Amino acid sequence: MEFGPHLILAILEGLVQASVLTLTALGLSLVFGVMRVVNVAHGEFFMLGAVFAYGVANALAGSPVIGFVAALIIAPLLVGALAVASDWLILRRLNYDPERTIVATIGMLYVIQQVTLMTFGPDAKPVAPPFNQRLAIPWVEFTDKGMEFYYPWGLATTSYKLFVIAAAIAIGLAIWALMTRSKIGLILRATQLDRETAQAFGIPVERVYAFVFGLGAALAALGAVLITPIQQAHYLMGGDPLLLSFIVVIIGGLGSLRGTVVAAILIGLSNGIISVFFSPTLAKILATLLVAMVLVYRPQGLFGAKPA
Amino acid sequence: MLEVRNINAGYGKVQVLRDLSLEAKAGEILCLLGRNGAGKTTLLKAIMGQVKLGSGAILLDGTDISALPAHQIPKHGVGYIPQGRRLFSELSVAENLQIGLMARGSGPQVLEDVLTMFPRLRERLDQRAETLSGGEQQMLATARALCLRPKLLLLDEPTEGLQPSMIALIRDAVVALKAQGVAIVLVEQRVEAVLQIADRVVIIENGRAVLEATPAELEADKELIHRYVGV
Repeated sequence: MEFGPHLILAILEGLVQASVLTLTALGLSLVFGVMRVVNVAHGEFFMLGAVFAYGVANALAGSPVIGFVAALIIAPLLVGALAVASDWLILRRLNYDPERTIVATIGMLYVIQQVTLMTFGPDAKPVAPPFNQRLAIPWVEFTDKGMEFYYPWGLATTSYKLFVIAAAIAIGLAIWALMTRSKIGLILRATQLDRETAQAFGIPVERVYAFVFGLGAALAALGAVLITPIQQAHYLMGGDPLLLSFIVVIIGGLGSLRGTVVAAILIGLSNGIISVFFSPTLAKILATLLVAMVLVYRPQGLFGAKPA
Repeated sequence: MLEVRNINAGYGKVQVLRDLSLEAKAGEILCLLGRNGAGKTTLLKAIMGQVKLGSGAILLDGTDISALPAHQIPKHGVGYIPQGRRLFSELSVAENLQIGLMARGSGPQVLEDVLTMFPRLRERLDQRAETLSGGEQQMLATARALCLRPKLLLLDEPTEGLQPSMIALIRDAVVALKAQGVAIVLVEQRVEAVLQIADRVVIIENGRAVLEATPAELEADKELIHRYVGV
């Protein structure tokens, strides 16, 4: 086994994981940053994204491309709407109290999970990728004739995986533009910095919160729609993304979107690489160890502001 | 302009304001004096809808604003300069002003006027608010409130911790606004500053308005001030 081509493969797998993780963790980070709500049900919004994607793609079973594109648009919107509704029904009534919202979102986690089990069922169900060409990984070797390209046997990625990476970059850039360049972003940042003063300048904080909760859930759902053609939809699939998102948000610094992106790429990549060369369990052990180290030596996270 | 009628308010079970009434008129500076914890800041928060009333009413030009959600109140033309300035610290000067402009959809001319009033801010538009000096931060807090073209301006200890030249600058701004017909409610600890610019003074003690007087009356009877705000 040659090391070089395997490393490229591992990096690609890691980047796919990092892409989905970035979107999911960005959602969690936004919700925590602006609303100071620790959303334990975030992983279930991820799972719902995948389940809805399966539903939409199945309803439009004719062509995988149309089904997938429809799922990419409809599933996040549905999940976002559901999150907005749960914000108005539950979180707002708790006055966004930090402790009570944790308990409430734990409750939401079980309700969403069990309702999905009762309706969607216990089986993992696939969504067909819109396109899926096999792309062999090229490598170079040095022969008597000089440098030569060749394709090591059995090592390949797919065009769909490259699309996931590109889509995540595009969505990440869109979120960055939304936060820094738009009026909505300005309102979100002002609300995050000082809720009461924002209100004193006409910002409808409750509506902002509902929007942020919806946006956070929609981002998780978007990540899930992207991964279902690779991973399948299952009612228990929300656990891992929730754990990893928390790890990412803590390492990146609570409420820092830049830190979240950097940490997601770091954790996603290392997860992919360690999983390929060693084992997925070791990857998780190391990630959790990293969180412990960050909490001990840099409690505000890599990019978090030091508490004044 | 502003009429506060028999309001009772507080935080949870702790009542702070008791049957408090007062009135502020257009083109007039009303100063609130009182010891720490008397309820001055709570009164301003109650006007802004941030502290809910137990009873009573707050009328702005005859309409009751006390039942409105807090974010609606600035849209009626109430500008608030909170204690400790409360700037959006990580946002730039321009973004802080933008928030003020958005509150009532003010146009670029308003921004121009405000920047003419505080030229120092124009030089620092791209700077983060938290990097400004104390005086500049107070200018920004004032400018941000002016961006919503207020007809009623609430100032909570605007000169706290500022050097004398800055205090004079803020005072001039307040006097200029008065001349434009804005109703001004000013909370201030320094008695001599109050006596210089106030048209009327209301003394608040234990959440009640215990005395209303003109600066001349207070000047004539130093004992009054000593009794209510002396240490």
